Amino acid sequence: MKSTLAKLSLKTLTATQRRQTRLLIVLFILSLVELKAFGVSNHAHAKTTFGFTLGREWVIIEKWMIDSRTGCFIFSSLAVLGSLVGLARVRVKKGPGLGIGLASFSLMMGFLCWAAAGKFIPITGMLQGSLLLAVPLVFGSMSGLLCERSGVINIAIEGQLLAGAFASGVVASLTHKTTWGLLVAPLAGALISTLLATFAIKFSVDQVILGFVLNVLVIGLTNFLYKKLLIPYQSTWNSGPSFSHIEIPIIGKIPIIGPIFFNQTVIVYLMYIIVATITFSLFRTKWGLRTRAIGEHPSAADSVGIDVNKLRFRNVVIAGLVSGLGGAYFTVGSVGTFGKEMTAGAGFIALAALIFGKWTPMGALSAALLFGFADDLQGTLSIIGVSIPSEFMLMVPYIATIIAVSGLVGRVRAPKADGIHYSRGESH
Amino acid sequence: MKKFLDRVLGTALLPALSFVMAFFISGFVIALSDSKVLKLIHSPGKFITTALSTVGNAYLALFQGSIYDPNLARGKGFLQGLYPLSETIVTATPLILTGLAVALAFQSGLFNIGAQGQFIFGAISASYVGFHFIMNPILHVFLGLLAGVVAAALWAGFVGLLKARTGAHEVIVTIMMNYIAGFFILWILKTTAFLRPHRIDPIAPEVNISARLPHLAGANFRLHAGILISLLAAYFVWWLLNRTTIGFRFRAVGANAAAAKTAGISVGAVTISTMALCGALAGLGGAVHVLGSEYALTADIAGSFGFDAITVALLGRAKPLGTVFAALLFGALRTGGRTMQSNTTTPLDIVLVIQALIVLFIAAPALVRFVFRIKNLKTQDAMTSKGWNG
Repeated sequence: MKSTLAKLSLKTLTATQRRQTRLLIVLFILSLVELKAFGVSNHAHAKTTFGFTLGREWVIIEKWMIDSRTGCFIFSSLAVLGSLVGLARVRVKKGPGLGIGLASFSLMMGFLCWAAAGKFIPITGMLQGSLLLAVPLVFGSMSGLLCERSGVINIAIEGQLLAGAFASGVVASLTHKTTWGLLVAPLAGALISTLLATFAIKFSVDQVILGFVLNVLVIGLTNFLYKKLLIPYQSTWNSGPSFSHIEIPIIGKIPIIGPIFFNQTVIVYLMYIIVATITFSLFRTKWGLRTRAIGEHPSAADSVGIDVNKLRFRNVVIAGLVSGLGGAYFTVGSVGTFGKEMTAGAGFIALAALIFGKWTPMGALSAALLFGFADDLQGTLSIIGVSIPSEFMLMVPYIATIIAVSGLVGRVRAPKADGIHYSRGESH
Repeated sequence: MKKFLDRVLGTALLPALSFVMAFFISGFVIALSDSKVLKLIHSPGKFITTALSTVGNAYLALFQGSIYDPNLARGKGFLQGLYPLSETIVTATPLILTGLAVALAFQSGLFNIGAQGQFIFGAISASYVGFHFIMNPILHVFLGLLAGVVAAALWAGFVGLLKARTGAHEVIVTIMMNYIAGFFILWILKTTAFLRPHRIDPIAPEVNISARLPHLAGANFRLHAGILISLLAAYFVWWLLNRTTIGFRFRAVGANAAAAKTAGISVGAVTISTMALCGALAGLGGAVHVLGSEYALTADIAGSFGFDAITVALLGRAKPLGTVFAALLFGALRTGGRTMQSNTTTPLDIVLVIQALIVLFIAAPALVRFVFRIKNLKTQDAMTSKGWNG
């Protein structure tokens, strides 16, 4: 009934509103299912406990206990309400953001009430873990953003992260200094980027193929050196130190927010700076305007005197610096030592986050955080022992990306000249 | 005759030179990472000779492990010495099929990174049919292969459908679907249907004797009938592309989708059928691998067959015959690499470096031309995928 109503009115709505309506209807149906399955038909009487503290921050609430069934009932009702409010807002041509937000949040909470019945869920710890898992994804997607906004496809993010991780791990181990590891990582990423830029721009090699091959090259090289040097001479080559957490005074003590955002390693703080800088520069500076111009319409940019290929080359190298730095997260940023293929596909999820976020810095950041959360949720749920197989939870980011690129949550459009080699005089 | 020779030389020259450059650079990597060599850095003469012998020994082991090993032949005859070659063919067999799955997609202008996932679904289905039933051997083998083909064709056809209906780029979708397939096989191996009785580790029961592909060279060699299937598949792809209307449509869309559309070819239908066919080929690879040499499904059944397939197709210039040769070459590198790793402390992974460098140089003929100072090096139609908006 609701969907037919929505369909009737679809014609008068814009594309964005139609999309929001579809999304809200999906949320509405999910909420009803959750209400019925976990709320009404759930007869287990166990309490779900949410924990909010990690130890050093000021405490307002330490933990919160709720009857599992009651919690499911309340939250899924809220989700129903949220989606209805959203639908109503769309009908009167207003933004449904609040409704979508309330519905998604309540759906999640209702699910957690059900999944962790009789168990303990450390909310703050989970969010802190999500941010950490998102760090390499954020660096990687920012690297992809810099390349692709300039019109060069970067599939080699994985390779750049891995090169950064390897270089920082080895150098930190040889010098016993985390700082040196942190300084070398961007250079390693930039080296891969320079190869990417040289072959893509100078030799006009197909960029998707090129990125793929560079990944194989880096995986091969790091695996080779790992077995040849890092395993046999572990004490010299692979026993680097790692950064410890730095708590920022005062704001680090704010409950929930403090431990999540402001009690992290220096790499996470660098991530904040880099994301802010890229967002500002891309939309507020001459460089950003030029970068977007060569990514969308290089010949127009050329006609006003921008050296397209030079700027592309420079941006691709900068992108390598960013993802290389992200690679340092894996070694000096967390465990210290390097492991074989330790990036484990983070570069590809970063690429997915970039696309999911529609090639915008804020979108990519949000997508990366979402993927980080999905990953951490999977870990938490498998620790507390939930009946959903962890493999299916692990599939979530990948399925979400397929849904995203299929246009179900809105059309995603890459920069127009992305992946197309530019040479003056050729018409595109 | 002279023309023919020119043509062969012309097409083989670029791969051959890329091959030489790749081995040259990898030689440096092998030598400069060796602790014995590094210790001699202060006596240049010894340094160079040790470096050369280190690299020489590694490459010799690579050859002995992949083509002919005189130590195996000693006392047992020449044929036994060819055991490494038979292993090379066993490794190349699924690689030919996955390579074809990528090559065929290239011909239609699609970049199929999903051979890995397609291979996994082929292997899962063939394994299930193989261990779950007992029947007439010919029928059983046929059904096992068919199951692999159908499952993977559906899996890959979905990518084509998404691309045709929504424009979702196949590169992104196939990368994501590889991960999904990877998690799926981890999960399915834990289910009761696939768990081997009395075992707790993720390994499926061995396929029944009736489902196994026959051996071709006796029980001492693992060489099995899968290679014949692979070669037939390569011939089929060649025939399809060059002798049929469907193949013409594929190539027309690959060359210029807009023009093909104007000419009345349904681009969507071509995309869907190409992807389904590619899936069928990669799935056949998975099925042949399980029924021919592995027999039992494990989480790592696909190894890197799906990823190597991309380098194989690139090296083979997306042509069926080229793909067969490229798969044999990479099969040899893989097989020899294992011997090299155990005999000379040179890790197998240098093979990945060699593969990547070969493909990189082939993709950049201008560089090879520059290095070898060759003016008219023949370069074929550059292989391209289409950007995110293509």
